[in-house]
Amino acid sequence: MKTRDIFDRRFLARQRIGRGFRAICLAATTVGIVVLAMLLADVLWDGVGWLDWQFLSSYPSRFPEQAGIKPALLGTLWLMGLTALFSLPLGVGAAIYLEEYAPRNWLTRLIQTNISNLAGVPSIIYGLVGLGLFVSILALQRSILSGALTITLLILPVVIITAQEAIRAVPDELRQAAYALGSTRWQTTHYIVLPVALPWILTGFILAMSRAIGDTASLIVVGAVAYITFVPGSLLDSFSVLPVQIFNWASRPQKEFQYLAAAASIVLLVVLLTMNATAILLRNKYQKRSQL
Amino acid sequence: MQKDVPMLVGKVETRTELGRLLFKRTKRRRLKEGAIHGILLLCGLVSVLTTISIVIFLFTETMGFFQEVPIIEFLTGTRWTPLFTPKHFGILPLVGGTLLVIAGASLVALPIGLASATYLSEYAPDGVRRLLKPLLEILAGIPTVVYGYFALTFVTPLLRRYLFPDMSVFNALSASLVIGTMILPMVASLSEDAMMSVPQSLREAAYALGATRFEVTTRVVLPAALSGISASFILAISRAIGEAMIVSMAAGATPKLTINPLESIQALTAYIVQVSGGDTPRGTLEYQSIFAVGTTLFVMTLIMNTLGQLVVRYRERY
Amino acid sequence: MPMHTDGAILETRNLNIWYRNFQALRDITMKIERHKVTALIGPSGCGKSTLLRSFNRMNDLIPYARAEGQVLFHGQDLYARETNPTEIRYRIGMVFQKPNPFPKSLYDNAAFGPRINGYQGNLDQLVERSLRRAALWDEVKDRLHKSALTLSGGQQQRLCIARALAVEPEIILMDEPCSALDPTATLKIEDLIWELKKRYTIIIVTHNMQQAARVSDYTAFLMMTEEGTGELVEYGPTDHIFTRPKDKRTEDYITGRFG
Repeated sequence: MKTRDIFDRRFLARQRIGRGFRAICLAATTVGIVVLAMLLADVLWDGVGWLDWQFLSSYPSRFPEQAGIKPALLGTLWLMGLTALFSLPLGVGAAIYLEEYAPRNWLTRLIQTNISNLAGVPSIIYGLVGLGLFVSILALQRSILSGALTITLLILPVVIITAQEAIRAVPDELRQAAYALGSTRWQTTHYIVLPVALPWILTGFILAMSRAIGDTASLIVVGAVAYITFVPGSLLDSFSVLPVQIFNWASRPQKEFQYLAAAASIVLLVVLLTMNATAILLRNKYQKRSQL
Repeated sequence: MQKDVPMLVGKVETRTELGRLLFKRTKRRRLKEGAIHGILLLCGLVSVLTTISIVIFLFTETMGFFQEVPIIEFLTGTRWTPLFTPKHFGILPLVGGTLLVIAGASLVALPIGLASATYLSEYAPDGVRRLLKPLLEILAGIPTVVYGYFALTFVTPLLRRYLFPDMSVFNALSASLVIGTMILPMVASLSEDAMMSVPQSLREAAYALGATRFEVTTRVVLPAALSGISASFILAISRAIGEAMIVSMAAGATPKLTINPLESIQALTAYIVQVSGGDTPRGTLEYQSIFAVGTTLFVMTLIMNTLGQLVVRYRERY
Repeated sequence: MPMHTDGAILETRNLNIWYRNFQALRDITMKIERHKVTALIGPSGCGKSTLLRSFNRMNDLIPYARAEGQVLFHGQDLYARETNPTEIRYRIGMVFQKPNPFPKSLYDNAAFGPRINGYQGNLDQLVERSLRRAALWDEVKDRLHKSALTLSGGQQQRLCIARALAVEPEIILMDEPCSALDPTATLKIEDLIWELKKRYTIIIVTHNMQQAARVSDYTAFLMMTEEGTGELVEYGPTDHIFTRPKDKRTEDYITGRFG
């Protein structure tokens, strides 16, 4: 019974340690939230006064009160469109291959390992590849096409991985039912698997795109510039994008340009938020449906 | 039996009556199937081609660079002055700058991230978790250039006003703190996944022995999730090594071997951004130097990522 | 401290348990005798595991579980406001359905409970004594510092018993401890239960009626109503329950007519 007494005496101390630990963990969790709030407050505080139609519809300028983000905003939209055009078919194609077609051999394993390794390569390295491959070798110059191709390589691994997960989630019974009716592999994939997986593929794709849109380093390396006085009209035009514009303005010593950077950041965050909200809405809509 | 069905489809079709009847259609069908198979395979191979391009471009340009600059000088030199004469190309100041920032960021992100993961996995009620997790996801989704803006225009002035009046405008400390915040959600969510996958039966065993929640967490859950937690640390650090905008905007462009976080330094990625920002023509030494720095960066992150994968593979069985 | 070998150590009074709106147990009132083996039997889903887990408040770990009524341990209500569930659990040990050793060494498994509870005596002796009482010592004494996961399933389960014994509990709850084991390993655990009841009170949930008949002194038969709520149908000395049950439902169950 002696042991019991010791246990009992220790018990209060242990309870106290436990409560302290819980408090520390809770405090740590709030750190991230507090910093997020400070960051948003900082950007809004600095930038919201500069946000108006003039800011959205003007070209960059030496004079902060005349400067705007028209080319950068349009450049970002162009880039989004082109990147989507390239990366969605490529990424979904690769995912279909890996999930529905690929035999279990060394080549498949190589591709799969390779994709997960690529997902860990820093974006600036993709910028260097874009600079070497698209800008120089393929002579596409520092153009919006080079930028979109670079971003395509950058997000492809993530697009493939999320699409694979979506395809894998399609119940096997559906495939077997289709095969049992004499469907070929492609018919099964096309008519059965893809329609079921599509909402989830798109959700993952939008989230991957929202990552790409905020990426700055790779596009600086490929040659996006901040001082553009025209709207991109062809694929080979030089271009600007919001993050690069923000970087350029924020790096200037004058306070006014930093406020412009904050205002542009707000626009960028709104674009990202819209994309994320779309993804979430899409997911919720189809989740409800599939429960029926 | 059922699992074999897809494999047999082709053969079955030609051997049965139905198969013979459909033979003509089947032939055209098979051609189409083959073509589609090929196209999809090509999509899959794009990723392999990407890797090959990365290796080719990094290494050819780096080899060109090493014809001008001896590799020994590059790896051991302590001065990096590529933009003025005499030019020195010793990578150590840039690596040192990156490591200094990483050390600071790790001090912030690893403990706070792990504690957040512990709270989310072991303590938080369902409702609270559902509120906190999306907020952390938003934190993870903020573009790095906005983080850079925050470091430069908020964190640095704050530190200079209240803590370190002598700190330079560009300094490693702000960059560290903000990069730490950037990778915190990654540490938190990957570690939480690792802790959530520890079987409930182990927690019950410990509770049944009179363990408090604290003891269950620290003596059972954390040790059992150790490999996943280590992997989250390694992958987050790897992400921080490759981060370019925060260090470019907040840490400065003065390559310097120092351990004083209040000074201005230059990180590997920041050099690439600095030189690419100008219009550097192909074939010049500057152009090649960003590839040499890129190769260094690539090797560092490759080592970290490989290490991360190895750690995950050696996970504890339960 | 003198002990009454025939007294009740644990007593439930009108115990009701809910998971959200679902009532899992209704009005359970029973006394558990000290230094005896009590078996809880009944068809699956009848709430016998829930009842067992209410004795050391393991149900507290399930969100939205709630208990009404009393469970008295030495006359103290386990569900009283001032009772701390953690404190109960080192006085009432538990062994689970599937062996769940920690991914640590054998020694660290057996020493886990004493360590967290701040045991200050000779830990080596305590570990040895616990392993001996769990009839495992001779098989493992040369590899105490190997991972517990290298043991066979039966050995793992005896290690889990040793782990529970090391905190010197008064009662040991066993939740179908043999259901994941082969017949030989089962036999060893049953022998062990006979041995253990000299020092401990044992409550065992089992779906195996021969096992209940072999190891227990008392048997409680539970059954669920149509809504799935578990009720205590019959409780008494094991030989009475098995040879001349009073309730028709008990007889049907025992003779294998359903369940």
